Amino acid sequence: MSESLMDLTLHELSELMRARKISSLEVMQAKLARLKEREPQIHAYIRWDEKAAIEEARQRDNVQDHQGSLWGLPIANKDIICVEGVETSCASKILSGYIPPYNATVVERLRGEGAILFGNTNMDEFAMGSSTETSHFGVTRNPWDLTRTPGGSSGGSAAAVAGGLAIAALGTDTGGSIRQPAALCGCVGLKPTYGRVSRYGLIAFASSLDQIGPITQDVEDAALLLEILAGHDSKDSTSLKVEVPRYREHLKKGIRDMKLGLPKEYFISGLDPQVKVAIDEAIKVYTNLGVEVVECQLPYTEYAVATYYVLATAQASSNLARYDGVQYGYRAPNFSNLVDMYFETRSLGFGPEVKRRIILGTYALSSGYYDAYYLKAQKMRTLIRQDFEEAFKKCDAILTPTSPSCAFKIGERMNDPLTMYLSDIFTISANLAGIPGISIPCGFSKEGLPVGLQILGKHFDEATLLRTAYAFEQATDHHKRKPVVR
Amino acid sequence: MKVEMNIDDVAKLARLKLSAEEREKFSSQMSDILSYVQKLNAVDTTHVQAADHVEAVQNVTRPDEVKPSLDPDSFLKHAPLGRDQFFIVPQVIE
Amino acid sequence: MDYEPVIGLEVHVQLKTASKLFCGCSTKFGALPNAQVCPVCLGYPGVLPVLNEKALTLAVMAGLAMGSTVALYSKFDRKNYFYPDLPKAYQVSQYDEPICLGGKIDIEVEGTRKEIRLTRIHLEEDAGKSMHFKGDTGVDYNRTGIPLIEIVSEPDLRSPQEAYQYLKELKTILEYLDVSDCNMEEGSLRCDANVSLRPVGEKKMGTRAEIKNLNSFHNVEKAITYEIERQKELLSRGERIVQETRLWNADESFTRSMRSKEAAHDYRYFPEPDLVPIVFSAKEIESVRVSLPELAQRRKERFMKDFALTAYDAEVLTAQKDLADFFERCLKYSKNAKAISNWMMGDLMRELKLKDLGIAQSPMSPEHIAGLIELMDQGKISGKMAKDVFLEMFGTGKSAQEIVSAKGLSQLSDSSQIEGVVKKVIQENPPSVQDYRNGKKNALSYLVGQVMKATQGRANPKMVNELLVKELEK
Ligand SMILES: [Zn+2]
Repeated sequence: MSESLMDLTLHELSELMRARKISSLEVMQAKLARLKEREPQIHAYIRWDEKAAIEEARQRDNVQDHQGSLWGLPIANKDIICVEGVETSCASKILSGYIPPYNATVVERLRGEGAILFGNTNMDEFAMGSSTETSHFGVTRNPWDLTRTPGGSSGGSAAAVAGGLAIAALGTDTGGSIRQPAALCGCVGLKPTYGRVSRYGLIAFASSLDQIGPITQDVEDAALLLEILAGHDSKDSTSLKVEVPRYREHLKKGIRDMKLGLPKEYFISGLDPQVKVAIDEAIKVYTNLGVEVVECQLPYTEYAVATYYVLATAQASSNLARYDGVQYGYRAPNFSNLVDMYFETRSLGFGPEVKRRIILGTYALSSGYYDAYYLKAQKMRTLIRQDFEEAFKKCDAILTPTSPSCAFKIGERMNDPLTMYLSDIFTISANLAGIPGISIPCGFSKEGLPVGLQILGKHFDEATLLRTAYAFEQATDHHKRKPVVR
Repeated sequence: MKVEMNIDDVAKLARLKLSAEEREKFSSQMSDILSYVQKLNAVDTTHVQAADHVEAVQNVTRPDEVKPSLDPDSFLKHAPLGRDQFFIVPQVIE
Repeated sequence: MDYEPVIGLEVHVQLKTASKLFCGCSTKFGALPNAQVCPVCLGYPGVLPVLNEKALTLAVMAGLAMGSTVALYSKFDRKNYFYPDLPKAYQVSQYDEPICLGGKIDIEVEGTRKEIRLTRIHLEEDAGKSMHFKGDTGVDYNRTGIPLIEIVSEPDLRSPQEAYQYLKELKTILEYLDVSDCNMEEGSLRCDANVSLRPVGEKKMGTRAEIKNLNSFHNVEKAITYEIERQKELLSRGERIVQETRLWNADESFTRSMRSKEAAHDYRYFPEPDLVPIVFSAKEIESVRVSLPELAQRRKERFMKDFALTAYDAEVLTAQKDLADFFERCLKYSKNAKAISNWMMGDLMRELKLKDLGIAQSPMSPEHIAGLIELMDQGKISGKMAKDVFLEMFGTGKSAQEIVSAKGLSQLSDSSQIEGVVKKVIQENPPSVQDYRNGKKNALSYLVGQVMKATQGRANPKMVNELLVKELEK
């Protein structure tokens, strides 16, 4: 395996760029070389534009004054975030050929720091899935074991970062879609507080749950990217005017005075014993760092999956209704009239998982069922949020496994949606409560598969989250292990 | 409790045409999922406020200012069918 | 059997904003197709709405002026349905927590006052427009996202005439508030009518039909009249009324069932997650209330009190805000309110009507009307001359003074000039002078006529009279 600039982190490369020890073109060429070498096995990307990337790198190198902390560095984009002029399809046939006429706010922010948006990573169709298997463009493989999924829905982003195909990547998280693939691929994945990062330009799955966040090689990179991504945006009515701390300055403050909670509801029978071992080890690491670990309660946890699947699918059924073949994207070739055009276009354009969720969501909102499903779930959401408010009275952050198991085999869960849905059991509550969560590598199974530790924090307290994660990372070296891709 | 959904009605409402195979498969999967969701009924939520929004934000507005619109062609060129500045669809019958 | 019509109206009013409800696109009427659109109003993937604050204020103003209760908490909801002119496949509207609840509008039909209750007023975005071509349909999204309020009345209306009066009152209020242009041709005011019949004395409501495509106040009246007759006939034949949406055909004056809307809709309303709630304090609502402009009823009372106008005159002048504004602008140049009112309601309205113009397009400015009245009041022109001058002013847009000067029309009020003519007439008409002096007083009018004739009618008749008498009595 060749040594590559791609094995360095974003903050390391940023230092080298600032010192003029490397050029943007060199980084880009290293990336393209890696793609040539490993992308055929991993298939992390749906598309990229080599010529445009080289051109953009040259332009950055031609500028004397480096402006911004990401000057000339490529960041991989998930195929759900709009970049003007770049085909963005949510890994769906129905959006094939769709070219956004505008940039997402996060894209503007990254470019404002000199970053180059490179490539759109693979994902579950419309982010609906936990394995990146529902993509119209084929499966992405886990760099740690090519017979396994990278998790999802941001599986392409996580696989790209883990496999050395991206220095860092954007992901989106509606029920764990950043944290779960990060855990399964051995990366760091951060879902910010709802309202922390603008959703403008993020193609909606479930509007009240979706958040954009970074998938990175280490915690410092996550802090660096969050500083850039976070902040109020007047184009997103649900983004909050809350001050954005300089997260990197918080990292090294230490965690000696901290109390970490362990929710007993998360240590259940369904937990893979190997995951349990790694998490127990992680807790020991924290104890050794002088942290007080206390038990806490999140009694409504068992209702989170049911609540989530009602809310997320209902909102999705409405958000995805616009894909009808009238204005953009795919239109079925044969139909007999207008109504038939809708039916044909949507039936041929959406994959089975998306159809399944649209049907479930439509049902939850339909006349006679709204109160029993949607309204009920909205009320459950309040209870789940209150659960966390109570828990955070006793601790500063909460530790849980990110996923009940390590990366599973491709195809293993595709015919059993309910089991697939239940694999999000540990990540979903954070989206329902709106709180931030991060997944960091905390060990490996006997087969050499990564295990993720999830840390959940209070609303808008990403600083504590990152500080807690950073302390762990400093005390361990799981994050330094790289997969051998053949 | 086993819950069944009238999948044909719902699919029609969602403008989805299901193949016989899809219909059969989805029906049983929906039944499993809905039955699972029934567990929410165990919780009394009579006096619980519904969370339309997870954060307490209110009154977000913008000033009434006109921003220039984009050239119609920048949209119409991506349309499956466009003509004379219109998006074209099959005849709408009222 | 005798039936009583039960009518409720749903009126959609375009709010007078420069930009759309959730994006910065212009709301101007008459642009080329799809020239006023952006990713937000086209519902492109990934976009988000941000509420126009002026639309919100205008909705609150309308509610307060109609006596509604402005909600301290309201929210937006999505109304989901598929239609080519609805780019997101949902309309952002307000379902169970609208911005205004209740309210009323007072109407008067054949001298009887009646209160029509409002159910609610809510904010929503407009849909686009479909153009039907031969073989296919073109969609224009310029209207998409234009801010509307929907004003829903209770089924309190009992006749087509009441419906007509209700709309007129509604329009007057909205124009006074400057909340909307209320232009039916441009679609800034649209009306749907729910019509049902029930046997007189029955409390329960009958099955209703919803009538759409009512593009003028007169068409509302006509369509409701038609629909009442249609339903009466069905009932008299023992048939049942079907709950349905019917389309009014204005050219051929009938309603027909809209097949496309037959399938019962399930709109699957749910709270719009992309928009946040609207929360007002009582203080904020109060501050809008005190800033409301004077409405028609109050203005009418003021006109009667301050300008001594009759109730009828004040009513006519205040029925339209721009008419009342015109009247008050005239008062800046002349204090003769009665004369202004007479000229406006008489000659001006008649001429405008002949030319099919509104007061806003009047070729005569308030200053011109007042100028004409001033010339009369100063005795410079006679009432008869004024009528001619008025017509010329209306035709040319010139001021009264300009016309009078150009034509040398001004009244002769110089006593020395009139005196010369008087003396000449006396000299030339000895028999009439003799008659007068013999006590035949009507000989005077003949002599006056002679003086007027000699001055081409320009002499001030009052002065002629006085000077003649003075000369004859010598
Ligand atoms: Zn727009």
